[in-house]
Amino acid sequence: MGILSIILKRLGLGLLTMFLVSIIIFLAVNMLPGDFAQALLGQAATPEAVAAIRADLGLDRPIVTRYFDWLAGAARGDFGTSFAQANFGAYVGQTSVSNFGSVAAQLAPRFANTIFLASVTAAIAVPVSLTIGILAALYRNSVFDRVANVSTLTSISSPEFFVAYILILVFAVLNPILPSLSNIFEGMSFAERLEKTLLPALTLTLVVTAHMMRMTRAAIINLLASPYIEMARLKGLSPFRVIVVHALPNALAPIINVVALNLAYLITGVVVVEVVFVYPGIGQLFVDSVKIRDIPVVQACCLVFAAAYILLNLLADIMAILSNPRLRIPK
Amino acid sequence: MISISGVMWLGGIVFASLALRPLGRALPIARLKAACDRMSLAGAFGYVIAAVALYQMFWLYFVKELIFFQWLLQGITGLGIAGYLFRFVGRHIGTDASRKLFRQMPVTAALGILIIIGYAITSVFADWLAPYGQAEIFNNVNVLPGGDPNLGGNPAHPLGTDQIGRDLLSRLIFGAQNTVGIAFVTTCLAFLIGTFFGFLAAAVGGWFDQFLSRVVDMMMSIPQLIFALLLMTIASAWAGSERWLLTVYMIIIIAVLDSTRVFRLSRAVGMNIVVMDFFEAAKLRGEKMSYLVFHEILPNAYAPLLAEFGLRFCFVFLTIASLSFLGVGIQPPLADWGTMVKDLAQFINFAVFSPLTAALPLMAAGAIALLTVAVNFVVDWMLHRASGLKE
Repeated sequence: MGILSIILKRLGLGLLTMFLVSIIIFLAVNMLPGDFAQALLGQAATPEAVAAIRADLGLDRPIVTRYFDWLAGAARGDFGTSFAQANFGAYVGQTSVSNFGSVAAQLAPRFANTIFLASVTAAIAVPVSLTIGILAALYRNSVFDRVANVSTLTSISSPEFFVAYILILVFAVLNPILPSLSNIFEGMSFAERLEKTLLPALTLTLVVTAHMMRMTRAAIINLLASPYIEMARLKGLSPFRVIVVHALPNALAPIINVVALNLAYLITGVVVVEVVFVYPGIGQLFVDSVKIRDIPVVQACCLVFAAAYILLNLLADIMAILSNPRLRIPK
Repeated sequence: MISISGVMWLGGIVFASLALRPLGRALPIARLKAACDRMSLAGAFGYVIAAVALYQMFWLYFVKELIFFQWLLQGITGLGIAGYLFRFVGRHIGTDASRKLFRQMPVTAALGILIIIGYAITSVFADWLAPYGQAEIFNNVNVLPGGDPNLGGNPAHPLGTDQIGRDLLSRLIFGAQNTVGIAFVTTCLAFLIGTFFGFLAAAVGGWFDQFLSRVVDMMMSIPQLIFALLLMTIASAWAGSERWLLTVYMIIIIAVLDSTRVFRLSRAVGMNIVVMDFFEAAKLRGEKMSYLVFHEILPNAYAPLLAEFGLRFCFVFLTIASLSFLGVGIQPPLADWGTMVKDLAQFINFAVFSPLTAALPLMAAGAIALLTVAVNFVVDWMLHRASGLKE
């Protein structure tokens, strides 16, 4: 069995997962009392109006047809019309034909913002946590390791908003270096954007670094117990050389896995952090839509989050297969 | 300005770590000389960094007199001493077994146990400990904390009141009951569901096991907080204006979502047990499935499940706090820490003028963090002990 077919198999499995997840999301939303038309028009709507909207949106068709319509739309990037925007559009005299209330138009810029936040976080967190993790493995059971252990355990255990408010207190209120609100808009220069993004990114970094550092440390210590490391040490190599030349190449697989898994973890963290800093990302949109029950937006955000999560996990799997020959032989 | 002083600091640190070893060797102290000979450059760097950090802490505490830093340091020192004393007491009082347990315990684990006991007492006796009821509304709105009438405080409300006049100290104490209590109930429920189906899947096997495992895989492929938020949207539509019903729905939703992780573990543990001879014998005796699960598998899966319970509790607790913080979790009038952080968060901007007011949201958030840290300390120690015994 070639390596290509294994990877293709994984990709197929990922697609299948995505498909099933979309079914779950679609079915969950269909468990709502009443339907889109009722929710759109409110309690006082006449039955005729509800029926008209229902026919207009195609809600009178069987659920299977509706699901595939929604899925086909989502695949093209068309997630339907947002309730809140549709109502607003009706007020200012817009029709639903125009692009005004579409979920996609709302989602796209915010998606880009969230990706920006995640990239800044990853750019800080990955090198820092790998360095600390390797140092902690190198000097394990030393004072440095103990301090790193206790402080990472503390930051893993703290809720994201606690870390966020501590950072706001230190860097925005007591020493006004960074802005505590990330009001990002179009046409900002990169430096400005970076400045506004830095505090939320630092918050996420603290949370993710703790996980990544602990996993890196565990992966390297695990390797240090293997015989060829013992051999390298008995040859009289320096501890630094043992780690960098002998342990690290073999630790690459678990470390790549750790990085990918933690980026997937970012997806959950991003929601709370975006709300704290009023960062105009997809997480904030999601929470706002949950509060006003704007179902099409909730559905779309959920799908985007789930897709990113599955994709990153898939990436972790494939990287692990590529970097570890033992995984290429199916048991 | 910041960058220039930063470069100067960095240069100073590098220079000091380069100079540390020759300096140590030059001094006429034999032990210091030997230590410097053994020290690597990285080690010297570490010592210098530690010295700079200590100096900075000293400066912040005594020269700049930063009140938040003073509180932080006093808090950590106080907790450390409390943990140490608790361990000391535990080592000299109690049965032989408990004394032996305390003798092997690190201070962090002792502190963790002490904090958990403290939270448990607070949540059980909240009605007696809190000065007022959690939903009791007073005429004095927005009383500042501190209890000093000249500064807008009121001795009757040591931590002040919120924007509709509820006593914040009482709400903080009742938060222990609601937030911790609800998280505990949810974790128990998740464990009931997860272990039951996990052991059943292990014991029955075949298509039943395959079916359950695939369903769980499916549920785990959506990030948990996202899935919870999606389901809470639907639950809030079902609950309508009945706020308390939403809290019940939240318990069920999080319990079911979290039971998937418990299912995975208990199935894996169960799988190792069902291949044992004693289980085979019980099966051949013709025992019922309920007997097999509760009398054969459960007693042997006790230890790993207990550690998992601690970790699960932390996750559930943080999820509930996050949901409440986002405004879709535990609903008012119940007092809870996540909602308190959300409501009080704006006060953080007053840190320069009134540190105690700014500390209010941090107290609620810190209460959440402290408990999870404590549980993690204990679980860390338990896992370490379990792995240490194996090696």
